[in-house]
Amino acid sequence: MIEVKNVNFTYPTGVEALKGVSLSIRNGEFLAIMGQNGAGKTTLVKQFNGLLKPTKGEVLVDGVSTRDISVARLARKVGFVFQNPDHQLFSETVEEEIAFALRNFGFKESTLKKRVTWALNLLDLTEYRKTSPFMLSGGERKRVALASVLAWNPKVVILDEPTIGQDHRQKEILRQFIVQLNAQGKTVVIVTHDVEFVAECSPRVVLMAQGQIVADGDAKRILTDPDVALQASIVPPQITQIFLGLTDLGLPTDVIDVSEATKALLEYLEGGNC
Amino acid sequence: MSVLEGFRFRHVSSPIHRRDPRVKFLYVLVSFIAAIMFNELPLLLVLFFLPTPFVLLAGVQRQWLRSLRGAMFLASFLFVFNLIFGFLSPENIPKTMSPPEYAFAMSLRFLDLVESFSIFFLTTSPDHLSLALEQSRVPYEFTFAFTTAVRFVPVLAEEAQTIMDAQKARGLELEKGNFMKRVRNYIPILIPLIVSSIRRSLELAEAMESRGWGASKKRTNLYALKMRRGDWVLAIVSLLFLVTVIYVRLYVPVPTFTMLLPH
Repeated sequence: MIEVKNVNFTYPTGVEALKGVSLSIRNGEFLAIMGQNGAGKTTLVKQFNGLLKPTKGEVLVDGVSTRDISVARLARKVGFVFQNPDHQLFSETVEEEIAFALRNFGFKESTLKKRVTWALNLLDLTEYRKTSPFMLSGGERKRVALASVLAWNPKVVILDEPTIGQDHRQKEILRQFIVQLNAQGKTVVIVTHDVEFVAECSPRVVLMAQGQIVADGDAKRILTDPDVALQASIVPPQITQIFLGLTDLGLPTDVIDVSEATKALLEYLEGGNC
Repeated sequence: MSVLEGFRFRHVSSPIHRRDPRVKFLYVLVSFIAAIMFNELPLLLVLFFLPTPFVLLAGVQRQWLRSLRGAMFLASFLFVFNLIFGFLSPENIPKTMSPPEYAFAMSLRFLDLVESFSIFFLTTSPDHLSLALEQSRVPYEFTFAFTTAVRFVPVLAEEAQTIMDAQKARGLELEKGNFMKRVRNYIPILIPLIVSSIRRSLELAEAMESRGWGASKKRTNLYALKMRRGDWVLAIVSLLFLVTVIYVRLYVPVPTFTMLLPH
């Protein structure tokens, strides 16, 4: 579906943000791209919808090179939700905001109405239909931004730092929502620092450092490997750190979320080890 | 955003960068006056090439060209409008010029103005500028507001780029449609840009106040601007240039290309 072939990218300022990145994302996959600030995460995902074109190498979306197709055409397939909703909200009402992209893509007025209602419902925004997006709270604005992308039902959804500025409850709602989207067959790519969030979702993890992919695989394998984490300057989830510290008790080292941890501990205690 | 690029200061040192900003401003003012005083194409052309040595000396030719290229859009606008109105009502343009020459002269005058301001901003650091304003007894509140505005230009340019990306990702095509449609295409870019600028300025004001801005009435500076020999030289050259320009305007008949052409 998305095929990144040996891509190099250098910004006009001379910063080399991607160095020989190769990656392939299958249809319906759930992928988290992680790494420290400046590792090239956002630069990489901006290649997926053609906002940035590779300096060397190529990116294929459904077999078509991003160089040969406009961002607007690619956007129909690859939806991109930006980090800061304030960078896109401009309409007088939430409803208009969501309809904006649909108008750009030339949806018929009747379909458009249905899609807007559907998206409002999906993100629990129906009561704000006629409200100005600028009057909403930070979390609600973020949901409007998400709704405005999901409304046209793109095959791939990219979320740049979806958890920033969200409280615990919102994060949990977001997590369930993303998992549900993925379960319905959408390809979901999230860019994040939030290890706890990734651990709870357990997607495929691509770890980046200095413009290169340093690890690629199952969340469980990557987040519990202290060497890999060190290389990409991320810290394993707190629960993993506890288990890594208790290896001499014979506890498993590949625990990444709380329910797994509880299970492992109960088993240990029931084994008569107290 | 390439026009903004042309007004963005980079820290380099050159004989032009080191000049006192007040003197550089005098120079800009003089070239401004000169460009306003003449509408004859030959002289505007001379004015256009006159700053080239300064630009080369300062080593900012690349950014300078970029700012001119950015200004080209507006300049071609001016050209088209002046051309249309020149043909529609020839009585409004000087008798010595044909409409195309007049239209060309007007857009070149605009470029002359952009060019001199661009040199000023390319070679003057915001810090120097604020010092110069302060030492000219401009109240500090105004100085600060001005330098902050200058300093935030690159931030704003970067933000505009992000917003453009975000809207393109929602299928916005800026280059699509007729003229009015294209203008309207910029609304989804401008509104978020203005809203976030206002939001940021409020945040900045709060941050400044919580760090005691304006707590003491009397401010002192670590550095003070002093006129050096090079500054006096540039000041005298600028004044001589001003005198020459006024003299030429008053006593020397300036030809136009239309007059030079055989009829």
